Amino acid sequence: MLNTNDILETINMIRQENLDIRTITMGISLLDCISDDQKRLETKIYDKITKSAKDLVATALELERTYGIPIINKRVSVTPISLVGADFGPEEYVRLAGVLEKAANELGINFIGGFGALVQKGMTKGAKNLIEAIPEALSTTTKVCSSVNVASTKVGINMDAVKRMGEIMRETAILTKDQDSIGCAKLVVFANIPEDNPFMAGAMHGMGESDTVINVGVSGPGVVASAIKREGFCDFSRLADTIKKTAFKITRVGQLIAYEASKRLNTPYGIIDLSLAPTPAVGDSVAHILENMGLEKCGTHGTTAALAMLNDAVKKGGVMASSHVGGLSGAFIPVSEDAGMISAAECGALTIEKLEAMTAVCSVGLDMIAVPGNTPASTLSGIIADEIAIGVINNKTTAVRLIPVIGKDVGESVEFGGLLGHAPIMPLNKYSSEEFIKRGGRIPAPIHSLRN
Amino acid sequence: MKAVITVIGKDSVGIIATVSAECAKYGVNIIDITQSVIQDYFAMIMLVEIDNMNTNFGNFKAELEGVGKEKNLDIRVMHEDIFNTMHRI
Repeated sequence: MLNTNDILETINMIRQENLDIRTITMGISLLDCISDDQKRLETKIYDKITKSAKDLVATALELERTYGIPIINKRVSVTPISLVGADFGPEEYVRLAGVLEKAANELGINFIGGFGALVQKGMTKGAKNLIEAIPEALSTTTKVCSSVNVASTKVGINMDAVKRMGEIMRETAILTKDQDSIGCAKLVVFANIPEDNPFMAGAMHGMGESDTVINVGVSGPGVVASAIKREGFCDFSRLADTIKKTAFKITRVGQLIAYEASKRLNTPYGIIDLSLAPTPAVGDSVAHILENMGLEKCGTHGTTAALAMLNDAVKKGGVMASSHVGGLSGAFIPVSEDAGMISAAECGALTIEKLEAMTAVCSVGLDMIAVPGNTPASTLSGIIADEIAIGVINNKTTAVRLIPVIGKDVGESVEFGGLLGHAPIMPLNKYSSEEFIKRGGRIPAPIHSLRN
Repeated sequence: MKAVITVIGKDSVGIIATVSAECAKYGVNIIDITQSVIQDYFAMIMLVEIDNMNTNFGNFKAELEGVGKEKNLDIRVMHEDIFNTMHRI
């Protein structure tokens, strides 16, 4: 017989602490769609996606009803489009983004990811053309997300790609300036990109994956924050233990949903991504977890240590709860999507330099940070290079999703709405990185890449 | 298949009667009922068997949630597996 307290604990997590399944993401391989005829490729892509994921939304709603747990997003990730479009030109790539958007609308999903390229070592003609197409593709669609992997621990950093992505970020911001440069919220630059990540904007379906796969992203920062609060003043061993136990419970729910979704959709189960993904809602913040540990404001001294412990304890608790853990897994620290981060940034406790330090121990990177609209492309590239270097040297995934809000400057703020939230424009270092970024070429792989 | 019905809110006359009547109407068999007050909330938990239910799960759930809204109670119907998964290894 189930224990009353256990039942009420679960209900309370959902009712008051915002526990939810953040996303069920179906990965779909488009490799069998490749064709040298543009029209034929478009038809094959549309048909493959809409056929493979036709029951995704209905199944997610059914699971939500049966288990009483909200499933916030239904998404699709596809093979990086640059591999499918091969040597098509930028205009053709923009059209492919339109096809992805059309398929996403037909399915009724929230986002489709994979309009991207893997260029960590060099760029094929296809990758180059896809990257050229990103600003227009993101400004003419609403559900298509783009990710570009510019580095890996194994091969080093492609600085030509880093330079280009700073420019692309700026162009995307300009093309969507009427909507506060929102296009950049759908663009992320990666190092060590995971091939099974269900979270946007970085979701893609890797080359070593099966034809279709179900990946599930769980969330629940509010649950962890409340558990820490309930535990009261205790030492770090006990604190880590509390986080571990909570992460275990959260991940178990994800495991159940992933297993059931995979069974009902007759699609192999890939991984659970046990990331703590905040939303702007009150009580759904990663910053508040850190503050509940005893920091007056997120961003003050001690924040990196607190986040390091949180990230590690989440993984340890989660890994036992699921048969396959993957994706990004850890704690996300987006600024605009987290009520506590927004407040910390607004009062000056949280700066971009501190955020950069925090990314060395969190699960991803500099995320959803609004910066002045007049930031030069080379400065954006400089920020990307710094962040990517942290990932490459530390053998972890890092990423950059910045929004240079055209027409706005420090002191102003920007409202994206919905899950994307709002953010103050954060000040950047005023000195130039231009001559550094101009060099191009590759930063060699670190010595510890030679592990064979 | 078993489901768990939870009723959370301010105490009032006839909550158990109302929920039990709905269960009887749809052929849902009540196996166990417990009641407690936790964190200022009145909470009733019912474990029910739904194999011989004369409607589908979605309808039954919607019906009970509707009753909850009328009476200002938070009524939830959830498959028992979510609790088993979370609290049992």
